[in-house]
Amino acid sequence: MADASAKQVLFEPIFSNNPIALQILGICSALAVTTSMNVTLVMCAAVIAVTAFSNLAVSLVRTQIPGSIRIIVQMTIIASLVIVVDQVLKAYAYEISKQLSVFVGLIITNCIVMGRAEGFAMKNGPYLSFLDGIGNGLGYSVLLLFVAFFRELLGAGSLFGVSLMPVVNEGGWYVPNGMMLLPPSAFFIIGLAIWALRVWKPEQVEEADYKMSRHTAKEAF
Amino acid sequence: MEHYISLILKAIFVENMALAFFLGMCTFLAISKKIEAALGLGIAVIVVLTVTVPVNNLLYNSILRDGALEWAGLSNVDLSFLGLITYIGVIAAIVQIMEMVLDKYIPALYAALGVFLPLITVNCAILGASLFMVERDYTFGESVVYGFGAGVGWALAIVALAGIREKLKYSDVPPGLRGLGITFITVGLMSLGFMSFSGISL
Repeated sequence: MADASAKQVLFEPIFSNNPIALQILGICSALAVTTSMNVTLVMCAAVIAVTAFSNLAVSLVRTQIPGSIRIIVQMTIIASLVIVVDQVLKAYAYEISKQLSVFVGLIITNCIVMGRAEGFAMKNGPYLSFLDGIGNGLGYSVLLLFVAFFRELLGAGSLFGVSLMPVVNEGGWYVPNGMMLLPPSAFFIIGLAIWALRVWKPEQVEEADYKMSRHTAKEAF
Repeated sequence: MEHYISLILKAIFVENMALAFFLGMCTFLAISKKIEAALGLGIAVIVVLTVTVPVNNLLYNSILRDGALEWAGLSNVDLSFLGLITYIGVIAAIVQIMEMVLDKYIPALYAALGVFLPLITVNCAILGASLFMVERDYTFGESVVYGFGAGVGWALAIVALAGIREKLKYSDVPPGLRGLGITFITVGLMSLGFMSFSGISL
């Protein structure tokens, strides 16, 4: 039983309860970093690390935190972890950290981290919280890598910086779709990805706020 | 003067927080179902940005920057790694103070903004603006103008999206795309519209 629930906590957020597609969390800082796979992968690793460890830390001190100041405490824990990640990236992957610019800092206000700390880690033990952090980080990564895959492949004809479809400018045959490297394409790809996910798992479809009555069209005349 | 006007136009249109940098997306998508709510949130964001960006600018330039503590005899101290935690602390504190001040002196506005004020702390557009301010090395005057412009741009985007979504709910959208999916595609189209400003160099 314990095993099954741990597995569930780890894998559920990836497709069934995806933080981006269903919970509308963490879209903020993410989309701008999906123009190439390399950068996205680093960003995903950073988010997984921060979500997992902040969940762990919050869960460890959850019984000690007075309810009224819990947001500030969570914020401080998260901000400290992000500073660590930022410093590590600056030390070991300076080029990529330059490309990520402010978006590493913005992991602090990434709603996934905060949302899971508040929604899961405050109520569960350290082990499960840690897994939940990894699971949600992975769910976020899957969608992000999916977006980055299309954007880099169609926009620059390459994956991880390795050219797969030689671009016209360099004597190849592929005319790159420049729009894929611009912001709007990320929205289109995520919109379509959500559509695909909901066709596959119809229980995620939202209720319409407004339904057209079957008879109005005819009776109006 | 001309410099400030071009800075503000750039912050509103060319570098629109929501549509060009994807900042503040969570609230952008969640609170854009009704125009009134979107307008309230937009105004709150403008006010908070206009206050927090200059305050963070002062803090950065007088305390955190490399060598900024020279007046205290600590010329070799570089506290810029404390930046993130400072900015988020300042933002949380200012939002809290604004909430109390509004509650006491302008209760009507407080009631209108209500739930949105606390939400603003975790709006990435606010922290993002402070980080951009540091990265681009704005002066104090520039930071006031930039904060205001970034806020107006964000407010403009969310009100426009809310307007579209109010009409959109009467349309017949494929089931899988209903709600979040179609909103993403709408935002993509809006972002495409705003791309047309990107050729303008100010």
